[in-house]
Amino acid sequence: MTAPLPPLLIGLVGNPNCGKSALFNALTGLRQKVANYPGATVDRRTGSLKNADNIQLIDLPGTYSLKSRSPDEEVTCRVLEGRMEGEERPDAIVCVVDATNLAQHIRFALELKSLGLPMVVALNMMDLARREGIDIDVAMLGEKLGIPVVETVAVRGAGMVAFNDFVRGARSTLVANVPQKEDEQDRTSLQRRAIKIANEVTIAEGFEHRATRILDRILLHKIIGPIILFATLFVMFQAVYAWAETPMDLIEEGAAYLQGLVASGVTIPWLNSLLSDGIIAGVGSVLVFLPQIIILFAFILILEASGYMARAAFLMDRLMSKVGLNGRAFIPLLSSFACAIPGIMAARTISNPRDRLTTILIAPLMTCSARLPVYTLIIGAFIPDETLAGGVGQQGLVLFILYLIGIVSALIIAFVLKRTLTKGANMPLIMELPKYQLPNLKHLLLGLYERVGIFIKRAGKIILLAMMILWVLSIFPGAPQGATQPDIYYSIAGLIGRGLAVIFEPIGFNWEISIAMVPGLAAREVAVAALGTVYSLQGSEEAVSAGLQGMLNGAWSLPTALSFLAWYVYAPMCLPTFAVAKRETNSRKWAWFMAIYLFALAYAAAFVTYRIALYATGA
Amino acid sequence: MTTVHLGDMKPGASGIVSEITVGDTAESIVVAERLREMGFGEGLSLEVRHDSLFGRDPMAVKVGGMLVALRRKEARQILVSIKTEKAA
Repeated sequence: MTAPLPPLLIGLVGNPNCGKSALFNALTGLRQKVANYPGATVDRRTGSLKNADNIQLIDLPGTYSLKSRSPDEEVTCRVLEGRMEGEERPDAIVCVVDATNLAQHIRFALELKSLGLPMVVALNMMDLARREGIDIDVAMLGEKLGIPVVETVAVRGAGMVAFNDFVRGARSTLVANVPQKEDEQDRTSLQRRAIKIANEVTIAEGFEHRATRILDRILLHKIIGPIILFATLFVMFQAVYAWAETPMDLIEEGAAYLQGLVASGVTIPWLNSLLSDGIIAGVGSVLVFLPQIIILFAFILILEASGYMARAAFLMDRLMSKVGLNGRAFIPLLSSFACAIPGIMAARTISNPRDRLTTILIAPLMTCSARLPVYTLIIGAFIPDETLAGGVGQQGLVLFILYLIGIVSALIIAFVLKRTLTKGANMPLIMELPKYQLPNLKHLLLGLYERVGIFIKRAGKIILLAMMILWVLSIFPGAPQGATQPDIYYSIAGLIGRGLAVIFEPIGFNWEISIAMVPGLAAREVAVAALGTVYSLQGSEEAVSAGLQGMLNGAWSLPTALSFLAWYVYAPMCLPTFAVAKRETNSRKWAWFMAIYLFALAYAAAFVTYRIALYATGA
Repeated sequence: MTTVHLGDMKPGASGIVSEITVGDTAESIVVAERLREMGFGEGLSLEVRHDSLFGRDPMAVKVGGMLVALRRKEARQILVSIKTEKAA
């Protein structure tokens, strides 16, 4: 037995789109841990190298240079320079370089030499380079750079073994290998030198990535491009409905089966009610939306991994520039369709502080996955499941319209903000359009696993707790003698609900909805769970078996349902979003501003919707 | 050989980057730095690939091995030597 080697921390650095994260995933797999940097919300990804547990890798946010321009890039620079509080400076760095973009990527490698850290260049995407006919003299490249160079193929495991062995075998030499600084440090000189080196070591220039060229001819086409983008988003929202149907039915049946088990197995009435009405009805009514959330996240992850997301930003730039933002803001906004929290955090890649603030403020208007339970519940209960001309489902269409209202509202708000509170010059768009890649299934599943895990944890913790508290408030005190209303009407929750109903009455919300609004402040989907609990507690056995949708259909008028939808397009019923906005803007004031303007909009929209619907239905 | 601004080139036009210019504003210095970081460098070949329907803005430019999106305003800071006639 040899004594264990001392721990080694290796930083993974590189330009965005160089395949750095894929490399990290391939090297660490499920051993990776995601956390936050202290004081910053940038994901801190670390993981141990396979069969070498005392070697830790840290995946630093992609950046084009050591001169940071966004909060995201700032983290990379600070960690590398050892200025990040609470974070160890890496013992060595691996600079990931895309072999197909050699001339442009090795400039950064040259710049990194100034750090005085031991360094290795991972020449990534070598398989792609070979397929494109690019031939590089790897030994000569290492010589010219004055840094050891290893070839890697991140998306496949094969090159990984070599890399793994290299890092482990070379750890003693690696740590000793501090490269010499370049003589001239200014950007232009470094770039000149990089281009010169690239020319010298490139044996064959190869031909261009054909798939990218052909795909871009279609996807970035002036007319066809935007149509495809719109169609892609439309298909995405239709799929959320169509593909999730079967698994959702299964989850519902599962919940009903559990309730059945509880009904026959648990004889203590209050425990029976807590388990059945409180926990299973509450948590079940949220978990049932898991299939839809998985589908939505899968779409967004595929769009990101394939390289299409940057194209979407390109196509949207013209429109975004009209409201004073640039196409880059479209990416955090699209992520916000899954959840505003990663969306707000993704705004970190926007370098201009005013543009970033504007993007953060409008991100909650993008229809996040937590609204899906609300929308699908109401749509399912009130919009007939009919197929319109062209095979388009009517329910899916309504959902798409709700998404559209959110987007249009966001653009209008951005337009107003950029002319008032966040006034400033229009910022340039300079953005790399990465090569198209077939998303790697393993990495996709890893990403899904991470995001779905967050959703389930939320369902497990916040929702479970909220539901149990609500259940307690809903059954105490019991109904008085000769009560004409269901028990819950006389409970503490009922009292609160009836009190709040004064505020919500003008927009058509009854006291049951008003109750659901209180725990619903914590998260949007909680409202659905709360409605599940409230109606389940007051309903007869038959009504309960008809499901929540059936009950709502009987209890609400159409104007109330539409008003409820309008409220949820705008209302910031999500405490975590509020917390993240506060942290990311570093300002309580802006977080409050966000909450207040959204509530005001929600109330106004619900009011108008309710009144128009009342008038239209002749009531 | 003539020299034109990248901002004035149309899709299909190509050439060699001859200079990244800097105006007298602080903003143009930042833009020039950013352009260099994104791969625009003297001596690299360049081809305009796409632009958009309205105002022909933004544009997508192949420079070296990279495809970069930028707006025409910033693209005017890049000077390109061209051989073909059709670009100007």
